[in-house]
Amino acid sequence: MSSPLRGVIVSHAAVAQALTTAVANITGVTDALVPVSNDGCDRDALFASLAAAVGQTPAVLFIDLPGGSCLTGAATYAHGRPDLAVVTGVNLAMLLDFVFHRDLSPAAAAERAAAAGSKAIRVPAS
Amino acid sequence: MSIALYRIDDRLIHGQVVVGWGQRLQVGFIVLVDDAVRASPWEQELYRMGVPPDIEMIVASTAEAAARLPEWDADPRVGIVVAGDVGTLAALTGNGHQVKRINVGGIHQRPGRRERLRFVFLSDTEAEQLHQLALRGIEVTAQDVPTARAVPLAEFI
Repeated sequence: MSSPLRGVIVSHAAVAQALTTAVANITGVTDALVPVSNDGCDRDALFASLAAAVGQTPAVLFIDLPGGSCLTGAATYAHGRPDLAVVTGVNLAMLLDFVFHRDLSPAAAAERAAAAGSKAIRVPAS
Repeated sequence: MSIALYRIDDRLIHGQVVVGWGQRLQVGFIVLVDDAVRASPWEQELYRMGVPPDIEMIVASTAEAAARLPEWDADPRVGIVVAGDVGTLAALTGNGHQVKRINVGGIHQRPGRRERLRFVFLSDTEAEQLHQLALRGIEVTAQDVPTARAVPLAEFI
C-alpha cells in the first residue's frame, strides 16, 4: 500500500503554521500537514523549504492566495510532477476534509479539497 | 498619468505589489520585466492569476521594456514597472528614458549577498549599481509596502 498523501501548506507569514495547529487541535491528526512560510524567501529558498517539507511522499500543496510568490514558487516546483498537486485559496474546511481522505491520487485529492473548501464559504442568515 | 513606481522585487508580481501598492496608487497596469518569464507562457499565466481583471498585466523582456517605456509613461492610466534584480532595472534607465525614482521592494538572501535591511540583501556589485544610479540623480529608496518608511539608499548600503 502506498503511503498516504502529505499536505504542505504554503503561506505568507505564519498562516500555514496556524492552520496546521488548528487542524491538529480539531482532529487529533498530527502527521498529515507540514507548514511552509515564504517569509524572507526568494524562489530558490522557497524551493528548498518545499523540498524539505515534501520529502519523498506524494503531496498536495495548499497555497494561501490564487496569485503571488507562494503560488508561483509552489506551482513551478510542482510543474511536471504527477506526485504533486496544487490547490489555492486554502482554508480550514478543506484541510479538515483532506486529512481524512489521503488515500487518493494527488490530483483527485486536490479536486476534492477545492470542492470542500468552496462549500464552506457561505453567508449565514442574520 | 505615468509610471508611478519602478520597483525591484525578486518575487515580481505578488501581494505587496498588487494589493499594497496597487490599491494605494490605483494602478491600471503592471509591467513585469523578466526575460525568463517573457519566454514562458505557463509562468505568465501563474503571475496573471494574482492580478485582478481590472488591472492589465504586461510581460516584457528587458529589451522590449526599454523600447516601450515612453509609451507606458504616456499611458493615461497609472502603472507600475517591476523587475526582479538591480541589473534589469538599471538597464531600463540607460536608454535616455527619465526614471526619477527606484523603489527597492524585496531582494532576498543568496550566496554573495549580505543583509542591508530585513527585506534587502545585496552583493557589493549590486550595491555599487544602486550607488551609480543615485549618482545619476535617481532617488533610490527601499520600501516594501506604502505604509512603511522609504529608507534612503545611504542608510542601507
